[in-house]
Amino acid sequence: YLNCFYKAKAAGRADLIPSIKLRHCCLLRNQRCVVAYLYDRLLRIRALRWEYGSVLPANVRFHMSAEEVQWFGQYKKSLASFMRSIGGQEGLDVTQDMKPPKSLYIQVRCLKDHGEFEIDDGTVILLKKNSQHFLPRWKCEQLIRQGVLEHVMS
Amino acid sequence: MDTPSYFPVPPGVGMEENFLSLDDILLSQERLPVRTECVFPRLGFLEKSSDSQDIPEGTKMELPLWLCKGLYEKKRKVLSVELPKIYKEGWRTVFTADPNVVDLHKMGPYYYGLGSQMLHFDSPENPDIANALLQTFIGRFRRTMDSSQNAYNEDTSVLVGRLDCLEKVLFRSGQNGLNGFQCWEKGQAAQLTASSLVLNYRKRKLVDVQS
Repeated sequence: YLNCFYKAKAAGRADLIPSIKLRHCCLLRNQRCVVAYLYDRLLRIRALRWEYGSVLPANVRFHMSAEEVQWFGQYKKSLASFMRSIGGQEGLDVTQDMKPPKSLYIQVRCLKDHGEFEIDDGTVILLKKNSQHFLPRWKCEQLIRQGVLEHVMS
Repeated sequence: MDTPSYFPVPPGVGMEENFLSLDDILLSQERLPVRTECVFPRLGFLEKSSDSQDIPEGTKMELPLWLCKGLYEKKRKVLSVELPKIYKEGWRTVFTADPNVVDLHKMGPYYYGLGSQMLHFDSPENPDIANALLQTFIGRFRRTMDSSQNAYNEDTSVLVGRLDCLEKVLFRSGQNGLNGFQCWEKGQAAQLTASSLVLNYRKRKLVDVQS
């Protein structure tokens, strides 16, 4: 823009300046719209890490650009090293317990077939559609968020 | 009720816009009546009513806010921006007389936002415009706040239909608070829920199957 501006002045065509300025405003406007759009996408992708989990479903990844996938990977890493650095030796998973827990175990219903699921004491549970189970809350949280299980309130 | 993790860039406050705010970008699309104070060579194609190659001085056109802001200069040698009628004396008296009666959605959905942006164009009426915006807001705020806190589980389209965008945001905020409290009272606040991504995808799949 400044280049055009000085060239116009130098060539004695200062009368062109209003038009140069108008064109420049249009370019800035396009730039603003594109940047705001891309930034909003990043905000939504960031929210996915918190709402859904660290592995995104294939249909979402399909709609992300390579740079966005890379950005998500870096954000995940940043978050993971932050979580490791707090809460003592094992770290603290801040993406868990987003709602205040009321009990250690919760009642869940399976919404779709998910196969075998192992819990901490070694027992294997078969997650078949419509089956109900009484499971440790921390193991279920992610599956509930992903829509595999449903939290049943008594 | 899901805990939100998507925080879009909010609109700017007062006369400032936020560069990345989608709401401010939409707001700055609004058109304003202007009068050119200089010639714009070779841009005649923008002005459909005449056939000249240039836009002559003294042309009356409508330009979007972002362009007006970009071109405007204090010494007035480029553009002079006229106030849209809702910010002129006539309408200002209507608003300040009874602010609750007015349909601000019809008066251009960004009444407060655009009004604040108009202050950039050095109109002699600026203090009156600013005052009118403030008084209108103060007059209407009580009703917006009350209705947002008392409308639970009902169709709010009548209440919301006459609000400008800023008021709608406030209304929604009030509703979220109300719904959150009710949810907590019912003991549903501790229920874990699926992410909104999953719920929306499921809804879309159902629509695809039905169509």
